[in-house]
Amino acid sequence: MSAEPIHALIPLPEDKAGLLTRLIDGLDTSALNWLSGYTAGLAAAHAFAPAREAAPLVAVETTPSQPLTIVFGSQTGNAKRVAEALARDAENAGLAVRLLRADAYPLRELKNERLLYIVISTQGEGDPPDDARGFVEFLASKRAPQLDELKFAVLGLGDSSYTKFCAIGTQLDARLAELGATRLFARGEADVDIDTVAKPWHARALGAARETLRAPTPLATVTPLRPVRTAPAWTREKPFAAEVLANQRLTTRDSAKDIRHIELSLRDSGLSYEPGDALGVWASNPPALVDAILGALKLDGQTAVAHESQTLPLRDWLLDRREITRLAKPFVIAHALRAGHDDLDALVASPVALPRWLRERQPIDLLHAFPAAWNAQDFVAALRPLTPRLYSIASSLKHVEDEAHLTVARVAYHAFGRAHVGSASEFLSSRVVETRAPIFIEANERFRLPQDSARDVIMIGPGTGVAPFRGFVQERAATAAPGRNWLFFGNPHFSSDFLYQIEWQQALKRGQLQRLDLAFSRDQAHKIYVQQRIRQSGRELYAWLENGAHLYVCGDATQMAKDVHAALRDVVAEHGGKSVENAEIYLADLVAQRRYARDVY
Amino acid sequence: MNAPLSPVELIKSASRRLRGTLVESLADPVTGAIAEADTQLIKFHGSYQQDDRDLREERRVAKLEPAYSFMIRTRLPGGVVAPQQWLQLDAIATSYANSTLRLTTRQAFQFHGVIKRELKATLHAINASLIDTIAACGDVNRNVLVSANPLLSRAHAAVYAHAQTLSEHLLPATRAYYEIWLDEEKVAGSGEEIEPVYGSTYLPRKFKIAFAVPPTNDVDVFANDLGFIAVIGNGELVGFNVSAGGGLGMTHGEPNTYPRLADVLGFVTPDQLIAVTDAVVTTQRDFGNRAERKRARLKYTIDERGPAWFKSEVERRMGFAFAPARAFRFDHNGDRFGYTQGEDGRVHLTLRIEAGRIADRPGAPHLKGLREIAKVHRGEFRLTPNQNLIIANIAPTARAQIDALVKAHGLDGYARATPVRLHALACVALPTCPLAMAEAERYLPQLLGKIEARLERHGLRDAPISLRISGCPNGCSRPYLGEIALVGKAPGRYNLMLGADAHGQRLNVLYRENIDESEILDALDPLFARYAAERDGSEGFGDFLVRAAIVSIKPTTAQAEKSA
Repeated sequence: MSAEPIHALIPLPEDKAGLLTRLIDGLDTSALNWLSGYTAGLAAAHAFAPAREAAPLVAVETTPSQPLTIVFGSQTGNAKRVAEALARDAENAGLAVRLLRADAYPLRELKNERLLYIVISTQGEGDPPDDARGFVEFLASKRAPQLDELKFAVLGLGDSSYTKFCAIGTQLDARLAELGATRLFARGEADVDIDTVAKPWHARALGAARETLRAPTPLATVTPLRPVRTAPAWTREKPFAAEVLANQRLTTRDSAKDIRHIELSLRDSGLSYEPGDALGVWASNPPALVDAILGALKLDGQTAVAHESQTLPLRDWLLDRREITRLAKPFVIAHALRAGHDDLDALVASPVALPRWLRERQPIDLLHAFPAAWNAQDFVAALRPLTPRLYSIASSLKHVEDEAHLTVARVAYHAFGRAHVGSASEFLSSRVVETRAPIFIEANERFRLPQDSARDVIMIGPGTGVAPFRGFVQERAATAAPGRNWLFFGNPHFSSDFLYQIEWQQALKRGQLQRLDLAFSRDQAHKIYVQQRIRQSGRELYAWLENGAHLYVCGDATQMAKDVHAALRDVVAEHGGKSVENAEIYLADLVAQRRYARDVY
Repeated sequence: MNAPLSPVELIKSASRRLRGTLVESLADPVTGAIAEADTQLIKFHGSYQQDDRDLREERRVAKLEPAYSFMIRTRLPGGVVAPQQWLQLDAIATSYANSTLRLTTRQAFQFHGVIKRELKATLHAINASLIDTIAACGDVNRNVLVSANPLLSRAHAAVYAHAQTLSEHLLPATRAYYEIWLDEEKVAGSGEEIEPVYGSTYLPRKFKIAFAVPPTNDVDVFANDLGFIAVIGNGELVGFNVSAGGGLGMTHGEPNTYPRLADVLGFVTPDQLIAVTDAVVTTQRDFGNRAERKRARLKYTIDERGPAWFKSEVERRMGFAFAPARAFRFDHNGDRFGYTQGEDGRVHLTLRIEAGRIADRPGAPHLKGLREIAKVHRGEFRLTPNQNLIIANIAPTARAQIDALVKAHGLDGYARATPVRLHALACVALPTCPLAMAEAERYLPQLLGKIEARLERHGLRDAPISLRISGCPNGCSRPYLGEIALVGKAPGRYNLMLGADAHGQRLNVLYRENIDESEILDALDPLFARYAAERDGSEGFGDFLVRAAIVSIKPTTAQAEKSA
């Protein structure tokens, strides 16, 4: 025992050191041990704090009133990408910028902000992305401060096939104004073809920031802590042509689904990924669909069309540069004007029927249901740009070396009197071995394995949602992670849809997977889904969570994610002896600790 | 015998009287299979784990396990079922199995394609029809055969009763079956039941018993471990000539495995039946080879130690000696098709069911037809040991209706088929049997067409040649007793065996090895030509081949006894 006063040795701020010495005074051994464990646990949770994103691009000693703060809320990485691009350009313009994810933003500093840009996506029917829930709730609450000295602008990202398009962006934009802040320019509402709106908004934001922060402060020339990031060789804008190594159907011939296992080579690309990341694919549209559209409009595919400083044959626009498998509201409106059909006009005006139409039909259906004349030029201009599709990567580099594997459900169905296919799923499903696909890596930092490999991992991944968990289990096996692994999987039939069955059996046998709970919905008279299995194993699941497990959900956003969340909440309530509200808080807390991540689409 | 026990022996002894981990295996949702050791044990419960071999490779590349399913076989001494039972089995075939009923060469029903999670429900349903599946497979006494269509009704009834008694006497005592499938409560001694006849590790191998009622040897009595040849006097059952040591299975390329016909030991009276059975079974239990399953059948036990030793051991255990065998004669080992009438005046209709497979096919809805017949029939159904079906004891008032149903559903093939088609036997083989090396059942129709064409060419369309095809040398379709036999060796390739008689008393021999269809037809063609030109009256094809020294066959004990 040292003779020196204890608090002189404590590496804490003076006031906290004093508090600590008073706290530990008189505690017995078990209390002291408990205290050490408690704080160790807190330290481990903090190890996950997005320190990388939270690290300001410049030293924090800048006076709080000066820098531009960019806050983003992102589910699939798009909002993050846009925010990062703006931050980079602002930095390169010599501005003091900090870039923060919404859940890392220190809310108490909001009242000190002077220039704030928010880039935020809206999920499904008007929900914020997981990482922004706290931020949005705080702003909406009574605790939000007056912001008379704040200037701001908001860019919302969303999907116009939903009624509540960009709802969160709209909500934040309105609320900030309500709190007294000054809107620098109109909010942006980017649809699925993000760049159409995001690029102009970016330009305006940059210009406005330069003007607002024009008076340089003594600290404006502080060298950034991090050098300007050089872009990697292959990116979203410049994708890598990856060779297809394998294209194997995983479901049997008599299955209702056609799900493929695709293996792509990343050799010589310099690309790498972590389990949980997504692969972006720039697919070409199905040629047969292009021809069907040209036929329906009686247009010649060879017609040269110049648009946005590119001149290409119409057919090429439709094959590679335009969205032709998804309907967008602006196109429907433009088509209605040309069709001049009362029923279509009524549909466009209906807030109930139109969203359903947009969800259920493709452009080809519209062209056939309500014929109208288009010329090639206008048609290309009216259609949205083709966007890449993201697929959760189903492998770990530590297991497959220079490859990326995907689990792709081929979209193919019959409706409205014709066959329908998807864009990327059709493209990938029809890739013959040795052909190539333009791809890029989309990091998903919110969906990562625990850094502490001794942590248990619970994975809920029905259908193709199982994909990233294949990568998780491969990774944990390759690194001999001591933590336990538990997978919940479901699909319609055991005998025809049990994706990667042999691999899971091997993993169980080798102790790389400790538990596998299955729900084959159509194998018995009553449907069984993963949420029932979650409830059935509630006691043990809760025990794993209490033991520090990390929880992951991947798959369908519309129904499954809600049902699974409800089941998890009920499990926490029942086995944790909590009210439903407190169970929700428990789960929200897991999110905050970065122990509950969702990759839903 | 100091050689280590075969792994199956260890599985049996660790199994707590055939329970193993079946309950856990059934509950495992990650696989449609049961644990490896349990695949040996479930045989004793009347089931085999199989998989659809047609799908194996495409499922493997799809990262899916094989399409596992289970075959279930009934225990049905003498193959007799009531119409109500038929309807229940038919319902099981359509709800749990692959919508077919398979009649076996041991007078039993087989269901194919039952998936693991429905296995228990299926066994429940079978047992609800008052039929069980116990010991239909495994190292125990199998289904007991009884000649199916004798003319001597009263004696036959007596024989049938003895067969039932014997079958029940030889049921394992373990309650495992009832606990696992029928939810019977465990009672004291569960897992350690005394097996009075079998002992705790049952027999070294399968054991087959058949009752033949001369002159019909449809059961191929000499192919069984233990045979009872009924001796009838004045229409009454007097007793049985006992034969032992028959068994057909062999392994390609292993000359110490071979088919063997049983030796006649002597005569016993009906009341001595249990004693002689226990003596033979326990002798095999105690002396059969438990180190090498390929050499475990009774036939090898007898050949290793000598027939004289065997007979004296059996007599020692019986406590009395065999009386001298009585004279007997078999005229045929096939079925008599169409309408027959027993001595009591009752009418039976024997239908030809190709390869024993009852299914609905375009133009031939046999499953449906028999369902309709079962709804109106007041007699019973009898499965023959040749994979055919007898609608037995047809009431005179029902005859016209049943006949109409038979015709309406294409079940009247018996009336038009050539003799070679009528008598042909085929084992199941692909796609379900894991042992099959070549096709059998699925190939039979095409093969018969080709054979018939060749026979036609030589004016032999009506020659009653017995042709049998097996997918592998285990010989489940009794190929070694066929005048012509194809024994599968590799996909599309067979050993061609010739020269058995048509009574089940002479084995055939290897004529050509590992040949394909065109070679088979080319080999047979000149033989057909010679047979047509040189046969002696109604001399059978197999007998002709022996007489003409085209094949040379050494006489067996059974053959020697024939002339007694």
